[in-house]
Amino acid sequence: MGNLVWIFVSALLINNFVLSYFLGLCSFFGVTTKIDTAIRLGAANTFVMIITALCVYALNTWILPYAPYLQMICFIVVIASAVQFVEMVIKKTSPALFKALGIYLPLITTNCAILAIALFTTNKGYGLVEGLVYAIGAGLGITLAYVLLAGIREESRLANIPKLIQGTAINMIIAGILSMAFMGFAGLFSSH
Amino acid sequence: MSQDNTSRAMEEFSKGLWKENQIFVTILGMCPSLAVTNSVINGLAMGVATTVVLILSNLLISLFRNVIPNQVRITAFIIIIATLVQVIDFLLAALFPSIHKELGAFIALIVVNCIILGRAEAFAAKNPPWLSVLDGTGMGIGFTFALVVIGVIREILGNGSLFNISLFGPKFEPWVIMILPPGGFITLGFLLLGFSWYAQRKIKKSQQKEK
Repeated sequence: MGNLVWIFVSALLINNFVLSYFLGLCSFFGVTTKIDTAIRLGAANTFVMIITALCVYALNTWILPYAPYLQMICFIVVIASAVQFVEMVIKKTSPALFKALGIYLPLITTNCAILAIALFTTNKGYGLVEGLVYAIGAGLGITLAYVLLAGIREESRLANIPKLIQGTAINMIIAGILSMAFMGFAGLFSSH
Repeated sequence: MSQDNTSRAMEEFSKGLWKENQIFVTILGMCPSLAVTNSVINGLAMGVATTVVLILSNLLISLFRNVIPNQVRITAFIIIIATLVQVIDFLLAALFPSIHKELGAFIALIVVNCIILGRAEAFAAKNPPWLSVLDGTGMGIGFTFALVVIGVIREILGNGSLFNISLFGPKFEPWVIMILPPGGFITLGFLLLGFSWYAQRKIKKSQQKEK
């Protein structure tokens, strides 16, 4: 149990996917202009991550031991189909949510954080439960980072930023400072 | 005609180096560029690996561009890219195990590097193979150049060394933050700031000339 808590907190805060592994940066800088969309995008990402973790466990147990060279292809095809599947399910069950998510849903396929979940759970040799906890932690961590940046960006629209540094440059530096703050979490568990 | 061809080829090759540099100008493919550039050697290895994948994927996709049906083209592209990356991954593990270990999962993450899919969709799917190879080479060299620039800054400031050779002697107090994750964001942020300052100065100068 302690191990699971450690995996969760580590993925959520200490090794936050966005702020310390630099994963999922495209959506991080591209679409986090409003807190509202940031939450929705984070939730969709988390959902796809959970499905991916399940599929990866199945692949690692039944297929990849016999054909290790298929790893990359299997993972990417599974992720693409998972995103497609989630899209169809949401469209059928809740058209309102589908409309709200819009273009962000298919974009999740190319979010490197999802492929990273598949690779990291494989490299670390996580089982089913550990993989699921890891995916949930990482997904919530991504959501947290998106929401934080979106909040700062919403506020900074009212600030008087020099023209020179507007746009991506200021966002990068904000992300750097956020990342510094997250480094403080490294002291949470001293034994690891 | 041949004059036209060479100038066109030169243009396709050189645009990726600076004018459309994928990291500094279009801000694509940031995940690997920030994650592995805590030393110059890692950045260089990542850049070369990505360039090789980019050239080969551009070549293959361009060769198959008339065979792949339009509806499934993204899936086809991504499977071609995934295969190539898997090959590079095995090659690196066999030839340079230490670098492979250092880069870890980020070699595999070349698959989802937006630059590669972006070039496939924007260029290789519409142009003949030899132009696509030139385009891939130019974009790849531009990408590697950007990684090396970021890597040089981060390694000198964060470790006081370059290519693992100490520069300043034992008295230098390294800015450890620069080789940690925040350093990556901040370095790229200030580089972009520098470029936008340079671009604005250029615009101002040309305006003054017109007056």
